Amino acid sequence: MTLHDLYLLSPELSMVIIASFVIVLDLLLKNKKILPIVALIGLLVPIFFGIRLWAIDDEYAFFDTFRLDSFALFFKYLVIGATALVILSSTKYAEKFKHHQGEYYALILFSATGMMLLASSVEFVTIYVALELTALPTAALAAFLRESRSAESGMKFLVLSAVSSAILLYGMVLIYGYTGTSHLSEIAIQISRIGIDSSPALIFGIVLITCGFGFKISSVPFQMWAPDVYEGAPTPITGFLSVASKAAGFAIILRVFYAFFETDSFDVEWANMIAILSAISMCVGNLIAIRQNNIKRLLAYSTVAQAGYLMVGLAAMSTLPGGEDNAGPAGILFYTAGYAMTNLTAFAVIIAVSSYTEDDRIDSFAGLAKKSPFLASAMTLAMISLIGIPPTVGFISKIYIFGSAMDTGLEWLVVVGVLNSVVSAYYYLRVVKVMFFSTTENPKSINSGLGAVSATTVAMIATFAFGLYPTPIIELAQTAIKSIVS
Amino acid sequence: MNEFNGILTLAVFMPIAASILIALFMTGKIARGFAIIATLAELVITSYIFIAYRNNPDGYQMVDRISEWIPIDSFRAEYFLGVDGLSAPLVLLTGILGLVAVFASWNVTERTKEHFMWLLALQGAVIGVFTALDFFLFFLFWELELIPMFFLISIWGTGRKEYSAMKFLIFTILGSAFMLIGILALYFSTGTFDMTILPDKIAGADLIIPASILFFLTIIGFAIKLPVFPFHTWLPDAHTDAPTAASVMLAGVLLKMGGYGMFRVSSTMFPDQLLDFSWLLALLGVINIIYGAAITIRQTDLKRLIAYSSISHMGFVLLGLASASGGAAILGMTGAALQMFTHGTITGLLFLTVGFIYEKAHTRHIPDLGGLSGRMPFLATSLLIAGLASLGLPGTSGFVAEITIFLGSFPAWKIFAIIAASGVVLTAGYILWMIQRAMFGERPEHHNKLTDASIPEMIPIAILIVSIIGVGIYPSIISDMFVGGIEPIVEALN
Repeated sequence: MTLHDLYLLSPELSMVIIASFVIVLDLLLKNKKILPIVALIGLLVPIFFGIRLWAIDDEYAFFDTFRLDSFALFFKYLVIGATALVILSSTKYAEKFKHHQGEYYALILFSATGMMLLASSVEFVTIYVALELTALPTAALAAFLRESRSAESGMKFLVLSAVSSAILLYGMVLIYGYTGTSHLSEIAIQISRIGIDSSPALIFGIVLITCGFGFKISSVPFQMWAPDVYEGAPTPITGFLSVASKAAGFAIILRVFYAFFETDSFDVEWANMIAILSAISMCVGNLIAIRQNNIKRLLAYSTVAQAGYLMVGLAAMSTLPGGEDNAGPAGILFYTAGYAMTNLTAFAVIIAVSSYTEDDRIDSFAGLAKKSPFLASAMTLAMISLIGIPPTVGFISKIYIFGSAMDTGLEWLVVVGVLNSVVSAYYYLRVVKVMFFSTTENPKSINSGLGAVSATTVAMIATFAFGLYPTPIIELAQTAIKSIVS
Repeated sequence: MNEFNGILTLAVFMPIAASILIALFMTGKIARGFAIIATLAELVITSYIFIAYRNNPDGYQMVDRISEWIPIDSFRAEYFLGVDGLSAPLVLLTGILGLVAVFASWNVTERTKEHFMWLLALQGAVIGVFTALDFFLFFLFWELELIPMFFLISIWGTGRKEYSAMKFLIFTILGSAFMLIGILALYFSTGTFDMTILPDKIAGADLIIPASILFFLTIIGFAIKLPVFPFHTWLPDAHTDAPTAASVMLAGVLLKMGGYGMFRVSSTMFPDQLLDFSWLLALLGVINIIYGAAITIRQTDLKRLIAYSSISHMGFVLLGLASASGGAAILGMTGAALQMFTHGTITGLLFLTVGFIYEKAHTRHIPDLGGLSGRMPFLATSLLIAGLASLGLPGTSGFVAEITIFLGSFPAWKIFAIIAASGVVLTAGYILWMIQRAMFGERPEHHNKLTDASIPEMIPIAILIVSIIGVGIYPSIISDMFVGGIEPIVEALN
């Protein structure tokens, strides 16, 4: 370990330092309003290091357990951005935590550190540690409201997260036993030498790992935790979970998959397995979402469906004919970024509205168009983007990811995907309908706090702007993907 | 390969920019005034485009092309606008009806600002559809039009407006879902979204999906929009419940997007499939004509009546398209294109007049009306002119379009053309009966105080009457241009 290793880790290290600083400050200060401001300004430090590190070519550190490449940096930027928006939109919401606000912000930062670390991990033990660092603070955060639903949410997340980690560990152990190494790069070499089909144990290990990650991204059949946890957790944390946690999950899945399937072993069977899971996720998520009356539950099922769309890119990652340009994985990167902007717009609006109405039912949005045209427009844009209608980033994301599937010969999956978008239009637009066409007896305007409004503004502008000119992010995503494909 | 003339970009984005300005800075009457100025300017721009193309009718003109929009290897979409003989008249039509729609919403008092905002956004998106020459961009505009229309129907509509708006949206989005599959398959087979070179590329390419399936995937989106039986059920609901301005835009230009797509995509890119399945188009066309007309006769709601008559009239577009397989392909297809233009103005006028009548009489139920010509002579005249044009009276644009379609389709589909011609009798029946019941006869007591159209209401009516009679007397002003756009398509067919 050298000083240079620490430099490569500097974004994560600075995150930890900010988090600790926030806790210390919390002890010293009476005025808790300064805490989010400190956290936000503090986030400039990891951004600064992150941008400086972009100049560095792919490098390993800490005995090859940590790899800094543009792929990792892409996700680090994404996580930092999402964290900033979540903190920004929490400013008013978090006041209800009174003297626990310091822990709240610090836990978010710690969890974000775990996600950033996850994006860079290239060794099983490191992956595991990073995953736990991500999950444990989130479980605490989910229970932060200290009421029965919230406690249930935290507990559920903790227990199920532990179960999925156990499954993941079991898979890792099997693969370690078979290849004799825990480093992804060496596993890749071993697997390409002995062939992926050489032993049922190897395949079993890969399947277990896939299941473990399936939990993190809440894809079917590992989605059961999502609705309850989403509903019970504090709303900003729900947003954080749905966006950052999912992005980090896909980051590590891509890394691991590229190690397993680096050679041409990602054949039609594996692609089909992922494709079927993806199709089921889309259908289940979208169909159940239709019946939801709670906006957070609705978005929980929507996130299951969105995981399905993202997995379309995973199924198309392959070295199948047509996959040479890595459009599938690059599509995943673009999609996660676009999804982050879109969903955070939606959650910022929900936070703004529900901190005023104290209500998460969709009906509580009635007449929002009159009370706050700005928030209603932002929510509409988010919903349109989630359906995939222009001019939003969601439209480009969907076309990009479905295009990659078309290119690799998964036409049927594209058909399932676009038909699901039609179904999803129904329930996403129901939210729009309530905001614009239902009236309410309570026509008071909403005082939603500067933080949530500015978070909404930022996320909304991004959703719109990258829908019109997506090229910068697509280029970034393609550079990122090239850095993990050897 | 960049080119930039700017005029088409202006035509597409000026209304959208005006819409954003209204959203941000204006309210009430100021928004209305500004919307009139914006649509008037848009009419000037679209007329300029039309005249400029007329003076130099050759291939694609006034091209705006920026290749660096999304220049990614696996996803190369361009910002590419241009007009040809097929799209220039439709752009003009959108310009005319945009202005008409704004005047039609003169009396909107509820959420005025939003109304004009969505109307302008809609106009920009539709012009985008007609001018886009990059398939991806085309699809983007195609989808962009949905949201304004959804809001227009569900906020300012009547009756079961929310249901109708959702039905409209789900139907359209379902069609575009299939179209998207087709577009992606085409892109990955040929490596380009460029609609000007796609026809050649498709001919030589190894397609991922067989061409005949691609043909159906793309045409289904257009068929829902046109609408073609059996995908027409959204139309009566949407039309009936939409506010006047939205009905005008819906019947006037949104349906034409379907017809335009059939020319630009289905015929141009899949000539062989068009010939193979022209029997199907002719059959569906005739079903549309006869079935639509038969249902129309039984309608008692003025707007619903016009809505169903639109289904019948759009059948003529299909029949005209189906003439591709006969000897008079150019004639028939020009007729189809002409029908799109004339139906836009005629039905626009019908909806407009009926909308005004409804605003004054507060009912559209035909048995409750009667004798209105005595109280509102101007509106009665306008309904009569529109009605006569709709049934194809010589001297109006409706006649020119229908006669060309019959002449064009007769060599290819004798039986179908004969059956379709009998549809004209039905049309005459329901139009004349409707006018007789609503405008003449005995007037109910409580309608004795009704007033005629006001000046702002007369303006759009006058504009449309001029264009209906104008094209009726001198059809070649539009048809020459359509011929120019259709000749290359027919050449490719042979």
